[in-house]
Amino acid sequence: MTELPATSTRKLGLVIDLDTCVGCHACVISCKGWNTENYGAPLSDQDPYGGDPSGTFLNRVHSYEVLPDTGPAQLVHVPKSCLHCEDAPCVTVCPTGASYKRVEDGIVLVNETDCIGCGLCAWACPYGARELDAAEGVMKKCTLCVDRIYNQNLPEVDREPACVRTCPANARHFGDLADPDSAVSRLVVARGGMDLMPEQGTRPVNKYLPPRQRDAWADTSVLAPFLTPVAEEPRGFLGWLDKALDKL
Amino acid sequence: MHPAPSIIAFTTFSGLGFGLLFWLGVDPTPPKGWVAFAFFCIGFALAVGGLAASTLHLGRPERALKAFSQWRSSWLSREGCCAVAALGAMGGYGACLIFAGLNIAPLGWLGAALSLLTVFTTSMIYAQLKSVPRWYSRWTPVLFLSLSLAGGALLSGRVIMAMVLMLIAGGVQIWWWHRGDGALRASGTTLGTATGLGGRGEVRAFEPPHTGTNYLLREMVYVVARRHVLKLRGLALILMLVLPVALLLLPFHHISAALAVLCHIAGVLISRWLFFAEAEHVVGLYYGKR
Amino acid sequence: MALKQPRIDTSPKVSDEVRKTTCYMCACRCGIDVHLKQGVDGKKHVAYIEGNRDHPVNKGVLCAKGSAGIMQHNAPSRLRAPLRRTGPRGSGEFEEITWDEALETAVSWLKPLRESAPEKLAFFTGRDQSQSFTSFWAQNFGTPNYAAHGGFCSVNMATAGIYTMGGAFWEFGQADWEYTKLFMLFGVAEDHDSNPIKMGLGRLKARGAKIIGVNPIRTGYNAIADEWVGITPGTDGLFILSLIHELLKAGQIDLDYLSRYTNAPVLLNGDAKSPDYGLFLRDAAGKPQVIDRTTGKLAPFDQKGVRPDLAAKHRHAGITHRPVMHLLAERYLDNKYSPEAVETRCGIPAARIRRIAAELAQTAFGEPVILDRPWTDFRGERHQQMVGRPVSFHAMRGVSAHSNGFQTARALHVLQILLGSVETPGGFRFKPPYPKPPEAHPTPHCHAKPNCPLDGPHLGFVRGPEDLALLEDGSPARIDKAFTWDNPMSAHGLMHMVISNAHAGDPYRIDTLFLYMANMAWNSSMNTRGVIEMLTDTDADGSYRIPNIIYSDAYSSEMVAYADLILPDTTYLERHDCISLLDRPISEPDAAADAIRWPVVEPDRPGHVGVRAFQSVLCDLGHRLGLPGFVRDDGSAKYADYADYITNHMRKPGIGPLTGFRMGPSGLTHGRGEPNDAQIDSYIGNGGFFVAHVPQEASYFKPWNSAYQDWAVSMGFYDSPQPYLFQIYVEPLRKFQLAAEGHGARQPPEHLRGRIAHTFNPLPIWYPPLSDGHEDPVEYPIHALTQRPMAMYHSWGSQNAWLRQLHGHNPLYLPTNLMKQHRLRDGDWVRVISSHGAITVPCAHMAALNENTVWTWNAIGKRKGAWALDRDAPEATRGFLLNHLIHELLPPKGDGLRWANSDPITGQAAWFDLRVRIEKSAPPEESQPVFAAQVSPVPPAARGLRWKVGQ
Ligand SMILES: Nc1nc2c(c(=O)[nH]1)N[C@H]1C(S)=C(S)[C@@H](COP(=O)(O)OP(=O)(O)OC[C@H]3O[C@@H](n4cnc5c(=O)[nH]c(N)nc54)[C@H](O)[C@@H]3O)O[C@H]1N2
Ligand SMILES: Nc1nc2c(c(=O)[nH]1)N[C@H]1C(S)=C(S)[C@@H](COP(=O)(O)OP(=O)(O)OC[C@H]3O[C@@H](n4cnc5c(=O)[nH]c(N)nc54)[C@H](O)[C@@H]3O)O[C@H]1N2
Ligand code: SF4
Ligand code: SF4
Ligand code: SF4
Ligand code: SF4
Ligand code: SF4
Ligand SMILES: [Mo]
Repeated sequence: MTELPATSTRKLGLVIDLDTCVGCHACVISCKGWNTENYGAPLSDQDPYGGDPSGTFLNRVHSYEVLPDTGPAQLVHVPKSCLHCEDAPCVTVCPTGASYKRVEDGIVLVNETDCIGCGLCAWACPYGARELDAAEGVMKKCTLCVDRIYNQNLPEVDREPACVRTCPANARHFGDLADPDSAVSRLVVARGGMDLMPEQGTRPVNKYLPPRQRDAWADTSVLAPFLTPVAEEPRGFLGWLDKALDKL
Repeated sequence: MHPAPSIIAFTTFSGLGFGLLFWLGVDPTPPKGWVAFAFFCIGFALAVGGLAASTLHLGRPERALKAFSQWRSSWLSREGCCAVAALGAMGGYGACLIFAGLNIAPLGWLGAALSLLTVFTTSMIYAQLKSVPRWYSRWTPVLFLSLSLAGGALLSGRVIMAMVLMLIAGGVQIWWWHRGDGALRASGTTLGTATGLGGRGEVRAFEPPHTGTNYLLREMVYVVARRHVLKLRGLALILMLVLPVALLLLPFHHISAALAVLCHIAGVLISRWLFFAEAEHVVGLYYGKR
Repeated sequence: MALKQPRIDTSPKVSDEVRKTTCYMCACRCGIDVHLKQGVDGKKHVAYIEGNRDHPVNKGVLCAKGSAGIMQHNAPSRLRAPLRRTGPRGSGEFEEITWDEALETAVSWLKPLRESAPEKLAFFTGRDQSQSFTSFWAQNFGTPNYAAHGGFCSVNMATAGIYTMGGAFWEFGQADWEYTKLFMLFGVAEDHDSNPIKMGLGRLKARGAKIIGVNPIRTGYNAIADEWVGITPGTDGLFILSLIHELLKAGQIDLDYLSRYTNAPVLLNGDAKSPDYGLFLRDAAGKPQVIDRTTGKLAPFDQKGVRPDLAAKHRHAGITHRPVMHLLAERYLDNKYSPEAVETRCGIPAARIRRIAAELAQTAFGEPVILDRPWTDFRGERHQQMVGRPVSFHAMRGVSAHSNGFQTARALHVLQILLGSVETPGGFRFKPPYPKPPEAHPTPHCHAKPNCPLDGPHLGFVRGPEDLALLEDGSPARIDKAFTWDNPMSAHGLMHMVISNAHAGDPYRIDTLFLYMANMAWNSSMNTRGVIEMLTDTDADGSYRIPNIIYSDAYSSEMVAYADLILPDTTYLERHDCISLLDRPISEPDAAADAIRWPVVEPDRPGHVGVRAFQSVLCDLGHRLGLPGFVRDDGSAKYADYADYITNHMRKPGIGPLTGFRMGPSGLTHGRGEPNDAQIDSYIGNGGFFVAHVPQEASYFKPWNSAYQDWAVSMGFYDSPQPYLFQIYVEPLRKFQLAAEGHGARQPPEHLRGRIAHTFNPLPIWYPPLSDGHEDPVEYPIHALTQRPMAMYHSWGSQNAWLRQLHGHNPLYLPTNLMKQHRLRDGDWVRVISSHGAITVPCAHMAALNENTVWTWNAIGKRKGAWALDRDAPEATRGFLLNHLIHELLPPKGDGLRWANSDPITGQAAWFDLRVRIEKSAPPEESQPVFAAQVSPVPPAARGLRWKVGQ
C-alpha cells in the first residue's frame, strides 16, 4: 500500500503547456466543481462569505514574472496539481496506507476512509499538491479524475479529466506518458517537456511544456525587402500607384 | 512550517519522557517501589502525554489506530509501533520494579533501546522530508537523540551525565542551526527549479493563485523575522543549557534541580518552536514566500 | 509482492439528468450541460455544470465563471421577494411585498407618465441579453429615454466598426483562427468573446502562429503573446497610423482589394467652397461614383463589370474630384506619422514599429492563403480562388475606452483594410447577421407623445446632422443627451450620464428611473460617491430629485439600496431567455446561431413570495399599462410570459426572436417562417441552440459575395442583397465637419464647432486623450487602468464562494520604476490622486508593465453590507474601485464649461484616460474612501460550505 509499485505499465498524467496557459482559472474551478460532487468528500469552504474565506482546491494557478537579461519582463502562468510522481514521497510517508499509487496506471490517490488526516503526506510533497480538508479532516488531492477517465456512464470523448475538458486555451493534455507514441509523449518530445523541481527526486509523471522564446526582435533580413520604399512623398506614391494598377 | 503547539508538545515531551525511560531502563540499580513509581509515572506521563498531544493534530483522531499499519515504509507508523513497544517493555519493566521490586535488566535494556528508537523514529519523520531542507539531515536525529538523552539524564537526576549531555546537545543544536540556515540554498531548489523557468532569467512570484489563505499557507508557509530568530535561539540556549548547567553547578538543592529541569524544558520548547517555525518548506517558493 | 489497493468505483453515476442551456456569466453565452441530481428533499438540484460539446460558441470548454455557476445560482445574496423601501434611500431598509403590490405600485407611477409625458420615464438596462425585447417595451411605452449599457462599455468599437466596415470586433466577428499566421491584439484583457478568443489563441499556439500583444500591461492573453508591445495608454492610434505610414511608403497594400471592395476609388468633391466639399460624387440614384479603369469613365461603384480606378481624378463643372486613395496617401505619407516621430509618445522604439510593419507586410503578401473556392462577386465577376492575407487583429476596450477611441478603432480597421485582410482567408471574418453597413441599421427616433408608442427605434446610426435627436428648439430630446452635438454618433446611448443629467434636470427632469441589471450606485458609475449623492439628493420640499427609482436585480447588490421598488429577478437557470439574431446573437463566421435559456430548475425561495423573470414581469407590466405591443384587441394580455413572447412575437412578417424551427407552408423551416408553438421545445431538444451553416461558397468576402448575400436574404437578415463598400473615408463624419464649418441647416453650438471640425475627420486621425487638455500631465503623470479578471464578472463574482477566493481583494500594481521611486514594497499602501479625488489602497509590484502605468482588477471592491458578505470581507476592507477617481465630466478649464469625459464622437465613457499621481501612505485601517455599511436585505450567509447534492 504505502510502498510504491515497482513499475506501472501505464503512467497517466497531464502535460501542461506554459506557452499557452492564459491563467484563466477555468481548470481550477471545474476541478473544484467535479470533485466537490464526486470522488470522496466534497471540497469544503470555510468562512465562504466572510472575512477570511478559504477552501480546499486540488488545482491552483500561480503566476510568475521572469526577468530575462535582455528584453522586457515576461509573465508565465503555472497551473499546479498533483504530478503523480513515480517516486512519490507523499505515499511512502503515509502511516495508514491511505495514500497509494495505483499499480495499473500510476495515479496517486488517497483512500479517504483510511486517512487519519495527519498531514504528513502534504508535508512530504514538495509541490503543495495536497490539501487537508478542514471540514472532513482527510487529505484531498488531485485524483486525475479517476472517476471520469474510466467512467462507463460518460461518453467516450468525455473520459478525460474535468480540467482538461474545460481548458479554453487547450493548454492541458491528458494521456499515457509511458507510451512513447501517445500524443502527450510526442508533445513532450517536440516541445522539450520538463519536470518541476527535478532535484527533489520525485520523478513527476506530469510534464510542463516551457514557454517558447519571447520578444525575439532581432532584425531578420527576410523582412528588409518588405519595407523598401516605393516613394517618399505623395506625388511619387501616386505615380507608383498608377504603374502598379497597370500590372494588376 | 506552522509551529503547532500540539506537535511542539509532542516532540518535546515524548522526547523527554523516552529519554527518562531510557535512563531508567539502563540503570544498573534502578529505583524500586514508590520511588520507581514516581519516576515511571513522570516518564510515562511525558511520553504518553506527548503522543496524545500529537493526535490533536489529526483530522481524524478516531482512526489513529490505523497509523500502526505501515511500519514497513512509514516513519510515522514506525514511531507509533516503537512507542507502543517501548511503553510496553518499559511498562512491564517498571511494574516489576514498582510492585515486585524485581529488576529484569534485559527487559529494561530492551525498553531503553526501544525508547531511543522511538525518539529516533520521531526525528526521522522530519529528517526524511526532502521538501524541508532544514530538517532533511542526519543531524536531525542526532539533535533529537542528544536532547532526549540530556533531558532524560536531567530528569533522572544524573547530574554529571546531564551536564555533559546538555553541553553535547547544545553543541549539536548550534551546529544544526548553522547547517539549517544554509540548507534551503544548498538543496538546489529555487523558484527557478520549482517553475522550470530559472534558465530564462530571474523568476519572481507575481500573483498568488488565491488572494486569501489556504491549508498550504497555514501549515507550511510560516515566516519568522530573522531578528526574532536570533533572540529566540539565544534564549533557547540559555534556558536549555546555560541556566541548567549553572544551577547544577550550584550545591545540590531540590529547588535548584527542579528549576534546572524547568529551564531545560522551557529551552527545549523554544528550540522546538524554532525547529518548526524556521523550517522552510519548498512549497513556500511557489508563493514567493522564501 | 502484489500491492493491495482499495477497489474504487471508477464508473460512478454522473447525474440523474442533463439539461442543456446557456451560460449567463458574461456576454459570451457558452452552451452548458447542467447536471441535475435528486437531492435528499426529493427535488432535482444542480450538481455540476460543464461545457456543451456540441455548442457552436464554446465546443465543450467553459471558463471559471461558467463552472462556478452553481455557486452563483445558490448564492446567499439572492433576492427572494419584491421589496418596498422603508428607510431612507441608500440605507438598505426594505419590506417584502407581494408581486401584485409591486406591480400596482409600478403602474401607479408609470401610467400617469405615459398619459402625460412619456419621456419622464427613463428606462435603462445593463448588460442584459434581451435588448431587442426591452427596447420594444420602451418603444411601446413611448419614452425616448431607453438604452442599454453600451455607451459606457465599448460603443467606440462597435460604432467605428459599423461605420467603417459594417461590423466590429467583439461579437460581430473574429480572427480566422484556422488560417491566421500573425495575430495582433490591441487592448484586450478578456472581452465578451472570452472562450472563443482563448480557443483561438490555443489554436494559433498549436500551429506555432505568431501573436503580438499591444497592451501597457502584460497579463493573460498578452502574457502568452510572442511579442509584447507595452504601449503608453491612449497612443494606439498614433502607433497604428505609423504602421500605415510605413506600409504605404513601401507600397505594401492590397491594391486589388482596395479598388474592388472599399471606397478608396470613390471620388470626392474637392471644391473647398462647396457645401458638398469632401462628400462623395454620386449619380442620380445616389450611388457613389468611381472611374472605371477599363473605360476611363465615371460609373457607379457597383455597376456590373466595373474596375474602379484608385488613381484617376475626375473634373466636372470646374470641380476636381479625387479618389479617397489620394487623400489617404497624402495624409499618411506625412512624416508626422513616421516611426521616429511617434516613438517617444507611444513608448515604442522606431525600429520595432518598422519591424512590425515589415512583418505584417511579409505575412500578408509574402505568405498569402489561397483557397480553391470559386465565388461570384456583386459585380457579377466569377473568381476561381479566395485569396487571403493571413494577418488578423482584435481590439477592445484598451482602444475603445479612451476619448480618442473611435478614431483609433477606425485607424485599426483602415490598417486591416489596406492589408486586404477583412473577410479574406486568414484575416478577420464577420459573424452573421454581420456584415451589416450603417444603412442596414435604423436611425435614432426620439419623438415622444402621450399615450403613443415612440415613432421608431431609439437607437441607431446617424447618417448626418439631420438624424440627431434634437427637439424643435435644438435642445436634446433624450435625458442622456445621446445623438446631440456633444456626441452625435452615440449609437448605444449614454447610460453613464443618465443619473447626473436627471439630477441636474439638464436637459429636463424625469419622474421615474427604471433600471435593470446595472450596478449604477457602485462599479458601473464614474464618480461613484457623486452618483450616490445624486441618487439621495432631495429638493427643497424634501422629496428626492429623482422621485421614483425602480430596479430589477437578482442579487443584493449595492444598487438595490438606492431603489424605491425592487423587482427581484430569477437566476439564469430559472428562466427563459432568448439570445436572438435580432439582438446580440452567438453566431460564428461559418454559421448563424441563436440560443435560449430555459428554467432548468424551478425558482424556489422557500418562505418568501418568490422571484419572477424580469422579462415576464415586463410582459405583465406592459399589459397592465395597456402598451400596444402587449395587449390584444380585447384588452387581454398578448403574452402570458416571456416564453410566449419568444415564441409568438413577430418583428416583421416571418421574422421572430428565434430563427430555428419556425413554421413554413410545408412543415418546419428556418429563418423566415410563422411562429411554432413547439419552438422552445425544439430548441431544448437541440441542446438549447440553433445553427444555420453559411454555405461554403459564401464563407468569405461576405459583403460582396452574391452567394452570401442571397443566403442572408433567405435567413431574413436583409430584405434584399445589400452589397456595400468598406468605408475608409466615412462620409457621415464629413457631414458633421461640414456643419461645424458652417454648412447646412442644423448647426452645432459655437463652443463645439472647433472640436467637431477637428475630431470628426473622415479619415482616421490621432489626437491626445481629451483629458490631457484639462489635467496637467506633469502633475498627474501616471496612467491608471483597470482590467477584467478572467475569473470574475464585474461585481457579481464576489458573491460566489469559489471565485471570491481567487480574487478577494485587488492590489494596485505599480511598475518597477515607481516602486523604487516611492520606496515601496508589496503590501505597502499608496495614496492615488486624480484631479477629481483620492483613494488610499494597497500596492504590489509588477515588472511586465508600462513604466507610466498603474492598474488594478476591475470591480473587486465592494460596499459593506452588500452581496450578503460579512462586513469584514476583504472586498470591503482592502478591495477598492478606481471609479472614485474618475469623473463623468472633465475638470474645469476656465472656459466656464464642464466637458464630458467621453469620446466627442460617440459619447463612449473614457474610463482609461484617467491620470493620477502617487504618494506613499501610512497603512490606514481600510482602503479609503470608506462608505457606511448598508443594511442587507438578505440574511447573513452560512459559515461553512460543503456542497454535495448526490447521496
Ligand atoms: N473603473 C472601471 N469601471 C468600469 C469599467 C472599467 O473598465 N473600469 N467598465 C465599465 C463597463 S464596460 C461595464 S459593462 C460596467 C459593468 O457594470 P455593471 O453593468 O454595473 O455590471 P455588474 O457589476 O455586473 O452589475 C450588474 C448588476 O446585475 C445584477 N444581476 C446579475 N445577474 C442578474 C440577473 O440575472 N437578473 C438581474 N435582473 N440582475 C442581475 C448584478 O447583481 C448587478 O447588480 O462597468 C463599467 N465600469
Ligand atoms: N471575465 C470577465 N469577462 C468579461 C467581463 C468581466 O467583467 N469579466 N466584462 C465584459 C464586459 S462588460 C466588457 S466591456 C468586456 C471588456 O473586455 P476588455 O476589452 O478585455 O476589457 P478590459 O478588461 O477593460 O481590458 C482593457 C485592456 O486594455 C488595456 N488598455 C488600456 N488602455 C490601453 C491603451 O491605451 N492601449 C492599449 N493597447 N491597451 C490599453 C488594459 O491594459 C486592458 O488589458 O469584457 C467582458 N468580459
Ligand atoms: S505531486 Fe506531491 S502529492 Fe502528487 S505524487 Fe508527487 S509528491 Fe505526491
Ligand atoms: S493525511 Fe492521510 S493520506 Fe496523508 S499521510 Fe496522513 S493518513 Fe496518509
Ligand atoms: S485531473 Fe481532475 S482532480 Fe486532477 S486537477 Fe484535473 S480536474 Fe482536478
Ligand atoms: S484552464 Fe487552461 S488556460 Fe486556463 S488556467 Fe487552466 S491551464 Fe491555464
Ligand atoms: S465565457 Fe464563461 S462566463 Fe462567459 S458565457 Fe462562457 S462560460 Fe459563461
Ligand atoms: Mo462592458
